[in-house]
Amino acid sequence: MTGAMHIPLCRRLGPGRHVLGMLLAVLSLLCTVFAANAANPSEELFVTAGETGHYGGHLVVSLRSEPKTLNPVTSIDVSSREVIAQMTADLIHIDRESQQTVPALAKSWKVSRDGLRYTLQLRRGIRFSDGVEFDADDVIFSFKVYLDEKSNSPQRDLLTVGGKPIQVRKDGPYGVTFELSQAYASAERLFDSVAILPRHLLEKSFQEGKLGQAWTLSTPPEQIAGLGPFRLKQYVAGQRMVLERNPYYWKSDHRGNRLPYLTEVTFLFVPNEDAEVLRFEAGETDVVNRMGAENYAVLAGEQGDHGFHLHDLGPSLEYNFLVFNLNAQTPAPAKDLRQKQSWFRDVKFRQAISAAIDREAMTRIVYHGMGTPLWTHVTPANRLWLDTKVAHPARSIEHAWDLLRAAGFSRRADGTLIDRTSTPVEFTILTSASNSQRTQMATMIQQDLKDIGVRVQVVPLEFRAVLDRVFQTHDYEAAVMGLGTGDVDPNAQMNVWLSSGDDHLWNLGAAQPATVWEADIDRLMKQQLSTLKFEQRKRLYDRVQEIEAENLPLICLVSPNLLVGVRAHVGNFKPVVLDPHTLWNSDELFLIEDQRAAKP
Amino acid sequence: MRASPRLWLPALCLGTVHVVVLLAAFFAPYDYSEQDRSLPFAPPTRIHFVDAQDRFHFQPFVYRRVEHAGQFRGYEEVTETRYPIRFFFHGAAYRLGSLLSSDRHLFGVEMPARISLMGTDAYGRDVFSRLLYGGQISLFAGLLATTLSLLAGTSLGIMAGFYGTWLDAAIMRLAELFLALPWLYLLFAIRAFLPLHISPAQAFLLVIAVIGLVGWARPARLVRGVALSARERAYVRAARGFGASDLYLLRRHILPQTQGVIFTQAALLIPQYVLAEVTLSFLGLGIGEPVPSWGSMLASLQQYHVLVGCWWMFFPGLMLIPIFMSYGQLSDVLQERLQS
Repeated sequence: MTGAMHIPLCRRLGPGRHVLGMLLAVLSLLCTVFAANAANPSEELFVTAGETGHYGGHLVVSLRSEPKTLNPVTSIDVSSREVIAQMTADLIHIDRESQQTVPALAKSWKVSRDGLRYTLQLRRGIRFSDGVEFDADDVIFSFKVYLDEKSNSPQRDLLTVGGKPIQVRKDGPYGVTFELSQAYASAERLFDSVAILPRHLLEKSFQEGKLGQAWTLSTPPEQIAGLGPFRLKQYVAGQRMVLERNPYYWKSDHRGNRLPYLTEVTFLFVPNEDAEVLRFEAGETDVVNRMGAENYAVLAGEQGDHGFHLHDLGPSLEYNFLVFNLNAQTPAPAKDLRQKQSWFRDVKFRQAISAAIDREAMTRIVYHGMGTPLWTHVTPANRLWLDTKVAHPARSIEHAWDLLRAAGFSRRADGTLIDRTSTPVEFTILTSASNSQRTQMATMIQQDLKDIGVRVQVVPLEFRAVLDRVFQTHDYEAAVMGLGTGDVDPNAQMNVWLSSGDDHLWNLGAAQPATVWEADIDRLMKQQLSTLKFEQRKRLYDRVQEIEAENLPLICLVSPNLLVGVRAHVGNFKPVVLDPHTLWNSDELFLIEDQRAAKP
Repeated sequence: MRASPRLWLPALCLGTVHVVVLLAAFFAPYDYSEQDRSLPFAPPTRIHFVDAQDRFHFQPFVYRRVEHAGQFRGYEEVTETRYPIRFFFHGAAYRLGSLLSSDRHLFGVEMPARISLMGTDAYGRDVFSRLLYGGQISLFAGLLATTLSLLAGTSLGIMAGFYGTWLDAAIMRLAELFLALPWLYLLFAIRAFLPLHISPAQAFLLVIAVIGLVGWARPARLVRGVALSARERAYVRAARGFGASDLYLLRRHILPQTQGVIFTQAALLIPQYVLAEVTLSFLGLGIGEPVPSWGSMLASLQQYHVLVGCWWMFFPGLMLIPIFMSYGQLSDVLQERLQS
């Protein structure tokens, strides 16, 4: 289980060889100057397998919005988390390439037979980016912070298993034991992205109850330290954030060179994807983390002469869907909505809508073929958990008609669909105005449903207004939205599929499952959570996908392909479908020398 | 002066545009919402006289286009069959108003070929057809909003100018308030509160009401000035001395005085309001899909790939140029006449 290697200790010297001793002392003094690159023998470093690179170089990456904070405990927005991920490290890490867990700050771990106790051995002798040594006290402190209710940390929910927070105990200076109150499948994945905090810097503000205010964007760089490959150097509001190489980082390449290779990483704040692509095209940035199909196609035309490569990684983990408002609690005056909900609640109605939607055309028009039609929320990118038995029916107006007829709908002479009370069937679809792809999908649904006599109006609203209506007021009829997921494991989907989950979009805040099939999903999801064998879990999760495909609480549409771009001179670049797609191995990235020289 | 080409040329140009736009259903070969999902972002159809075998044909024709395999947004013509352009073509049925229903279009080609004079948009809808239908929204929003604005402005301006005192002060302060408010930002906020379910017709009226009512202040100030000076004219005082009622004075003496100002203002306001509607729709505050307006058609240019790759998506913007120039010319001539 360990991926770590112990570097042999320095040779012993015989007595009386003062001159040599002196020389060595001078040498060691010199060595500390270059300490950055050579491995200190007493450290237990993680040795990576990637291609050996060169030191130096400056990587520029664009970021869609400015980070709000540098505090790993309170950060929730994507940009903050992306930057923080470069400055911090976790105990056990999910390798973004293999999608399996690998040792990080914990060099090895053992799981008790009942799956309740995890015993972790920490790396010895490694240091935070300010040079202070790391040990079990930092781990204990970090978990105390995350689990403290006053911290308001989003990680607290994650680390609460079976209603009880995880118990943490110290086993000597380099050992930690975690205890769970009930068995939890692949619990080691929970540790991923739970950043270990430096006790020496944050304990004081934690005790004063001010941890939430610590490590803001205005905190001086020397007061921030972490175990990640980079540390903060400079922040210019509205423009950029510069990170510099952490000279104490705990990984080395297989030749013994301490990582990372890059001297600096700059995050450039750009307002939107188009601006991001323009900057990349102009050579101002080195990496585009994710782009839309159109921009990809535009760039693909000039790939050769502009010195960059584009990667189409195939389906991503993002799924776009149409969701109907099935909430029991709706705004008081929404009488109209109640009647519409009686259609939406009918599974045959949802199946008919799904049958009338042309997903293939959507893939072609919205994503220019760089996407995959979906029938459940598990995208083909999730090879491990995808249920291949779920049917993929093609668009069929006849089938939609049969379903609607069976559900008691009929059509007028002019083709308009009417329900039992002769009310014409029409509803609005909410989308985020800033997301042109989702607006396009909604417009295509509008046209598709016209063929079955359903009138749809598309209402693009500002993103926050959409979220507010869907999550808070429940004042909407249907919406086209998308969800992504940070991990392939079904546990990452718990909050969507449990009827009590925070992202149980179609019926939020339900005290108990509203339908039999939701109760079934609840039971299956909970069961897979406490099942430890993969095959059994897979069977349970397959069943969830089958129930989903039949009942369609989310009418899944298309998953876009993951499209990234990189300058040709970036070495060791291995984009992946898991988040963060490109900078997950930032410690191994380097600039290929001859081309770096050519770069001004 | 009366028959000067400086006056009738722009008037003729505007008249033609408005008639064509009003009869969009006849002039447009397709319906505005008709999608052809095999032809997204296709450039304008090429009209041929000479076929693949180098033979000349008197009747212009087009070829069917198919997507070029493996090439992003590349299309190639299938030169096996010619599709002649037919005039007074039987296409999709439509109704003009409530009286006339027909399926004749000015021109068209047999399916599966399509003729798109100005290319297609993201869903393969014909830009030319949408441009004509969109003009109904954009141009008439300008006209109706101007009418509304001038009605409100004239009545308030006359009241302020004619009666003066505290009424004048109140109306003018209100006018200043309206001139000072940042309307665009206010509109964004208002949109979030409005009910979601507004039909395109309601949305159209709403846009007109908003644009029209916001703009009453400027004409009101001008009309007030005219009314104020007219009130003091000798013949008005004389009429008053003979016992004329306020209503008589307004109708007989004051209102005719404001006519010139109102016409000039109209010629100035219409293009402004057309632009206002285009702006609102461009920002997504106008009429929703699939009903086109020039603003919402231009909105796709916000995407970089459209901006650099699809020049034909600029047509709705280009259409504004002759219209603005005509209105500009018209208001110049009216202004000159007013002053002479």
